[in-house]
Amino acid sequence: MAVTKLFGASVKRREDPRLITGRGNFTDHIRLPGTLFMALKRSPHAHARIVRVDVSKARAMPGVVAVYTGQDLVDKLAPVPCAWLIPNSDLKVPSYRALAVDKVRYVGDAVAAVVAENRYVAEDALEAIDVEYEVLPAIVDQEQATQDGAPQLYDDVPNNIAFHWKLHAGDFDSAWNQAEVKLSRRLINHRLIPTAMEPRGALAHYNPGTGDLTIWCTSQNPHVHRLLLSAVTGIPETRIRVIATDVGGGFGSKIPMYSGEMLASAISRDLGRPIKWFESRRENYVATTHGRDHIQYVDLAATREGKVTGIRVKSYANLGAYLSTASPGVPTWLFGLMLCGAYAIPAVHVDVFGVVTNTTPTDAYRGAGRPEATYLLERMMDLLARELGMDPADIRRKNFVPKEQFPYTTATGLQYDSGNYEATLDRALELVNYQQLRREQEELRAQGRYLGIGFSTYVEVCGLAPSAAAGAMGFQGGLWESATVRVHPSGKVSVFTGSNPHGQGEETTFAQIVADELGISIDDVEIVHGDTEMIPFGMGTYGSRSLAVGGTAVIMATRKVKEKATKIAAHLLEVAPEDVTFENGRFFVKGAPDRAKTFQEVAGAAYLAWSMPEGVTPGLEETHFHDPINNTFPFGCHICVAEVDADTGKVSFRKYVAVDDVGNVVNPMIVDGQVHGGIAQGLAQAVYEYAAYDENGQLLTATLMDYAVPKASMLPRFDVDRTVTPTPVNPMGAKGAGETGTIASTPAVANAIIDALSPFGIDHLDIPLTPERIWRAVQERRG
Amino acid sequence: MQITVKVNGVAHTHDVEPRMLLVHFLRDVLNLTGTHIGCDTSQCGACTVLMNGKAVKSCTVFAVQADGAEITTIEGLARDGQLHPVQEGFWEMHGLQCGYCTPGMIMTAVDLLQRIPNPTEEQIRHYLEGNLCRCTGYQNIVRAVQYAAEKMRA
Ligand code: FES
Ligand code: FES
Repeated sequence: MAVTKLFGASVKRREDPRLITGRGNFTDHIRLPGTLFMALKRSPHAHARIVRVDVSKARAMPGVVAVYTGQDLVDKLAPVPCAWLIPNSDLKVPSYRALAVDKVRYVGDAVAAVVAENRYVAEDALEAIDVEYEVLPAIVDQEQATQDGAPQLYDDVPNNIAFHWKLHAGDFDSAWNQAEVKLSRRLINHRLIPTAMEPRGALAHYNPGTGDLTIWCTSQNPHVHRLLLSAVTGIPETRIRVIATDVGGGFGSKIPMYSGEMLASAISRDLGRPIKWFESRRENYVATTHGRDHIQYVDLAATREGKVTGIRVKSYANLGAYLSTASPGVPTWLFGLMLCGAYAIPAVHVDVFGVVTNTTPTDAYRGAGRPEATYLLERMMDLLARELGMDPADIRRKNFVPKEQFPYTTATGLQYDSGNYEATLDRALELVNYQQLRREQEELRAQGRYLGIGFSTYVEVCGLAPSAAAGAMGFQGGLWESATVRVHPSGKVSVFTGSNPHGQGEETTFAQIVADELGISIDDVEIVHGDTEMIPFGMGTYGSRSLAVGGTAVIMATRKVKEKATKIAAHLLEVAPEDVTFENGRFFVKGAPDRAKTFQEVAGAAYLAWSMPEGVTPGLEETHFHDPINNTFPFGCHICVAEVDADTGKVSFRKYVAVDDVGNVVNPMIVDGQVHGGIAQGLAQAVYEYAAYDENGQLLTATLMDYAVPKASMLPRFDVDRTVTPTPVNPMGAKGAGETGTIASTPAVANAIIDALSPFGIDHLDIPLTPERIWRAVQERRG
Repeated sequence: MQITVKVNGVAHTHDVEPRMLLVHFLRDVLNLTGTHIGCDTSQCGACTVLMNGKAVKSCTVFAVQADGAEITTIEGLARDGQLHPVQEGFWEMHGLQCGYCTPGMIMTAVDLLQRIPNPTEEQIRHYLEGNLCRCTGYQNIVRAVQYAAEKMRA
């Protein structure tokens, strides 16, 4: 009997019917009778002492139920927690109040909360709150912030340095001293705003009768939010239920614990009524975390043949005004460990200064640390190729970790699971028709047209785990994932996963895996996520970990189910379990395929429990907590072909080829979609997006009018291809695909543009490469 | 003010504040939450609905301006349990990930295909400029619209 395998098939998504008909379960769709609306009064100043907050007028407005200041909540709400306490770095975690008490430290810092009968009244009442500030000098640039005499955000964070993290692996100094070629650069990896299309929000409902808090919120990790909410409110974890079923994108920005969710919870408890809070886009831009924002000093040592012998990086990472939940880990571990990239670099010295400034806090944004490392490395590889007059493809090939050397341990101590880097490069070169393209580039140049070809041969770390590594890095949690597989008496299956997809499609991919494992129809499998009351503790969705870690937990739990079902089937068939084979949803006696029980029959028998084998308990349900032995390391080669109009600085994209290797693929359609979306975000960093502050700490790009999220007409078509090098780390051989596009594309695009500009003697410009920046550079060179 | 608006074929009469936005009328008064809100500057298009057959951003229209109008929201697009070809296209071609931009995208695409039944890729990308998607990179949205165009011509 032939049963189609679903692993590897582009199964249409099962989440789509509700989403294309307007029946999604997004947080702001939930309605409870008696709900009050909360709005937050935010600071217009980047740095100021709060002299007085007068809420009397607001309190007296009709429809206003309550107004809270920071002082009112000091005893009711602990500070916003930071949960990545990196060791050996002299880390300082200043107090971060949900409502500021003495000082505000960025434009958007909340100072008061209004609760009213509807959103319009709540917004009106904000205007009636009178806050007197004593404005203080602000500091925005993280490098300047460390200088003596710069404005200080905190008394106990001297020079605004919240930590100094270092990783010195291998002997960089002698590599540098002996280097035939030395390159030194200052690179800026600018600040971005994640911009999930659904802003953040919450509906918190505390029932004073039971002491239960139920909160619907926009979360990538509901259990983590439950734990943190419990810590800040004092409500026991057992009394808090966090629900986040449909979440409208996150890209890292819905991982942290924020003041809004905390305040809604605390105020609901205070008033005994449901509280809804939903941020506007402007609030989202000033008060939801930003990403990236490094100033990097890089020294690269190499031989004349183009072998890189060492790299040294000093980076100033802008943490913003406070330390967000995971912020210390992002520019350190997720950045520094990845500085070997796809290359066999024997010596790596990294020093990262985490600096507080009067800006919105930063935290994980798609790629989180890895784009900052990859851009740096890929840009430096191009500079080295240029210095030596080598082809950028050849310099990469020369430095690749050869495929025979996997598993490969990097100088920074990571163990790359599997790889064949050259294969992706070769395939990408073939797809762009490289030799021909270089000839064309020459011809066009002769006509005064500037075509550029940009490479990025990246490797990234995915499937964030294992827990022991998390502990060593100071992450205040494990990095395993959980799954419960519940077979019902009818043989239908519910799978409860601790992963919490918000666009990634695991309701489909996880069901594909389970249907295959059990040989049943995918229609008989339901995936349940995003409700802490229903599922075991889960760590959530980020770091491209859902499939590699969460999916593996699902497989392991399913296999436990199969094991138990086999025992029951053997008992029913009156043979030993060793004599039973399970195939295509049927248990049968080896050598006698007609003596069989279907999976559904066995499920029914498990619940009837009229006759169970010795020592086997009734029911058919298993839970597995999976802690992987290692991360996974997807890799690939992206090539961007772009033409620059030297007279206007305008860039047009001719071709974009992505050859990724994410191991085995469960659903190619979904992986392609992840890659497209990832490339779009990384490309946007290279040419469009930039979170700009003025020197007073005003965010200049605080609306979608000013911040250049790309529109359909601003992006080219992406040609996506893959090679397949399975990982040995999990039974699927799957690595993860959520961030590859973002990590790879920024340098590919930047390198293409710089390549196009090389006839002008330009070998580097900081991103984003806007028409203005390009035009100015060309004008300068033309004189 | 009292207004009567026909939404997805059903007439609704309500008293509303003059400043109430159409999107809030749909979501908060009629409980039609399929129309989403993604911004406060009329940029994202998540709130797009059809008003008298044409795509409008319901966050830029006051509810009172819709008095007497016919509105179609995403909830009213499928007929007799049959998905609209554009909805079908989004499903077939993986034109959505998180699904937050999707209702607005679909309504704009319906409007596009009414005006240009056989659009080029460039026309599609251009027409969707008022709708932002952060997840898909638009590639599969373009394919979804092409799929629908073909289906509607057949
Ligand atoms: S909510 Fe209407 S355009 Fe964004
Ligand atoms: S699918 Fe998420 S914003 Fe478009």
